[in-house]
Amino acid sequence: MNRRRWTAILGCLLAGLLLAWNGQALAQTTIRAVMHAEVKHLDPHWTTADITQVHGYMVFDTLFALDEKGQPQPQMVDTYRLSADKLTYTFTLRDGLKWHDGRPVRAQDAVASIKRWAVKDAAGQKVMARAASLEAVNDKTFVLKLKESYGLTIRALAKEFSYVPFILPERLAVQDPSKAFEGDVIGSGPFMFAAKEWVPGAKTVYLKFNDYVPRKEPASYFAGGKRVNVDRVEFVVIPDQSTAVAALEKGEVDYLQRPHMDQWPLLRRNANIGMYRADVSQMQIHPNHLHPPFDNLKARQALMVMANQEDYLRAIAGDPQNFRTCYSFLGCGGWLETDAGSDLLKKPDLERAKQLLAEAGYKGEKIVVMAPSDFATINAASLTTAALLRKIGVNVDLQAMDWGTLTSRRPVKDPPSKNPAGWHIFHTTSGYAAVKEPWGHANISTACEKAWFGWPCSARATKALEELGNMTAGTDAFKKGLVEYHAALMENIPYVPLGEFFSMAAYRTDRLANILETPHAVLWNVVKK
Amino acid sequence: MLAYILRRILATLPVMGIVVVFVFLLVRIAPGDPAAIIAGDYATPENIQKIRVGLGLDKPIHVQFWIYLTNLAQGDLGRSLHSRLPVGQLILQRVEPTVALALSTLTFAILMAIPLGIVAAWKAGSLIDRAVMVFAVGGFSLPVFWLGFLLIYAFSIRLDLLPVQGYVSYRQGVLPFIRHLILPTVALGLIYMALLARITRASVLEVLQSDYIRTAYAKGVRPAGVLFAHALKNAAVPVVTTIGVGFALLIGGVVITESVFALPGLGRLTVDAVLQRDYSIIQGVTLLFALVYAVVNLVVDLSYTLFDPRIRY
Repeated sequence: MNRRRWTAILGCLLAGLLLAWNGQALAQTTIRAVMHAEVKHLDPHWTTADITQVHGYMVFDTLFALDEKGQPQPQMVDTYRLSADKLTYTFTLRDGLKWHDGRPVRAQDAVASIKRWAVKDAAGQKVMARAASLEAVNDKTFVLKLKESYGLTIRALAKEFSYVPFILPERLAVQDPSKAFEGDVIGSGPFMFAAKEWVPGAKTVYLKFNDYVPRKEPASYFAGGKRVNVDRVEFVVIPDQSTAVAALEKGEVDYLQRPHMDQWPLLRRNANIGMYRADVSQMQIHPNHLHPPFDNLKARQALMVMANQEDYLRAIAGDPQNFRTCYSFLGCGGWLETDAGSDLLKKPDLERAKQLLAEAGYKGEKIVVMAPSDFATINAASLTTAALLRKIGVNVDLQAMDWGTLTSRRPVKDPPSKNPAGWHIFHTTSGYAAVKEPWGHANISTACEKAWFGWPCSARATKALEELGNMTAGTDAFKKGLVEYHAALMENIPYVPLGEFFSMAAYRTDRLANILETPHAVLWNVVKK
Repeated sequence: MLAYILRRILATLPVMGIVVVFVFLLVRIAPGDPAAIIAGDYATPENIQKIRVGLGLDKPIHVQFWIYLTNLAQGDLGRSLHSRLPVGQLILQRVEPTVALALSTLTFAILMAIPLGIVAAWKAGSLIDRAVMVFAVGGFSLPVFWLGFLLIYAFSIRLDLLPVQGYVSYRQGVLPFIRHLILPTVALGLIYMALLARITRASVLEVLQSDYIRTAYAKGVRPAGVLFAHALKNAAVPVVTTIGVGFALLIGGVVITESVFALPGLGRLTVDAVLQRDYSIIQGVTLLFALVYAVVNLVVDLSYTLFDPRIRY
């Protein structure tokens, strides 16, 4: 072989090597995002997992959506009409709505989806419990007839947290919601799910849906025009927080949905990284209302007067700029904020807690506190509770476990004395989106046997919430109803609210712009520079 | 030899049977309910029960076991309780990163450790020997996550030479594939290197003190000839055993390395499945690991015949 041929071969090899080394040179516009969890479930009506709702917002669309003022706005719906007697809603879908397989979105799809969603969702159940019929009139119009008026109907259809009323194709929506739907993940949202590229635990890929017709209004929170400015979005799984932060610093990823608080100072120091407050979470102590001592109101009051929110929040979030005290079950800063009846919560007093516990008849029985050691914030709250309980003379049985075990033990109704899986106290958090919508927030239900774990039971609070749902927000009657509801909650103490702490999202400012600051990261509207 | 191999393969069948029964029962006895995990935090007890029924987890254990066995007999490992994807597919997605990391780690460790071990044995008691042993003890003692972060900081963040995380298949380019494997290979390889260097040193040292080595010297064989022609082959058996066990361990999953470098391997698949109580995946990967151990042990046993002619099957 002569020298010229060798040179040519060597040149080709070098060019190949360079191309291979910079393999991304020809790549499409892609946002690489590290989300708070991996996408494991594709059916948003099957699970309440936040990440599945994020996936839902990418692939599916909703009839209504909340704007940045918290007001429901039409999304897939073009127009809707409410009859004078407030019993009949007539909805008309927008022109140009298409499924990812090219078929048109029909009213029949919307009807089947609402029915499927309402089997699982508390807000949906409240709508359908009042429904006389829900039927498609033609391909674009469907009608919901109610037996009695319900002021929260549109708000329920605009619900932003689990279960979000996503609209699925009829062939998926008619399937049993107790099972994940079977069939291709076809939505009508701004992104298409790339099934062939899905590697659970590693990567979930979404491609721009070119036929999506956004609304003309500018994007606002979950409402408005969903304009997609990139070719694809990749949710990359990086299990280790330090590695994820290093990947953001190096520019291997563009976005971190929920970096851990410990990493915030490091991220803030980087000039190319921006951060915004993505969510606010409420920490909660859930006592078991079925068994002594917390079947007694005085024992629950002892828990409440024992809990100094500041102590808890420092243990959970450290820096005071990462949290705020909040003496409302319904969140602070929102449309339902009130602290009516929260005197016990505002004035922590360990001596008073001891006294209340004695009045409740507590005689030193073991109190089982479940602590999930793999869930940092909830574990910190659990350990704080255990320490405070010991201070007021409680015989605490602090049981460390993983979150998976805790979630499987909390449905156990038996007392710990009869069943080792039984429990007295666990902690959890709720996002602000849930806290400010008590009609669909399972944790705060006071419906006795039908309530969430802990099974609080208050006819007064349940009735007050129902009545509040039928009132017009902002009116004097509504304000009075709100005070009544909150006072009823404080009287029953379904759980003890421990204040609010923040979640921040981080992104490369040199790469991304126009991010919508929503709790579920939605990546339409975002521009990749 | 063929009869021996057949006997060994047949002997693995009851082992696999025990593994199937044991793992099936163990994951169900362990606390945790996949339905509650799938349902998510806002789900009501009623919705959890609906999911439980939907997944067939409300059926008696013997019924669930029978369904599992009949599917397994048809080569079906079932579907993930969470993603609903076939377990076989999920395992296949993870095999490539795991095998790639295992092979690169072992290659790195063997290429570095065996010469070091031999030199240490050859120069036993010298400064070189002590230096190699200090290095081996150090390598074995460093936590892999600490070393991993240190390597990321130095080579990715500071020097900007290598990627922080992730895996790129060789099908997407050989160089990106290699670049993504370098840091995890070094972080993990150091442990195996330390282990292999120590085993090699001990084994070679033992052989060098044998009578036949003294005889070789007495016959006038040169030191290099003694080492390469007489000592090394005989010292190979424990080294090969360690390499084999190391390979099986690496296939079984190196969760910390996979987590630090975000490699989507079998180790993370297993740990995630355990945390999520994804019974089908736990059963599938455990069966795979049992099979890998059986095959690797068989291959190691057979390879002894190459190094020691006295061993016959």
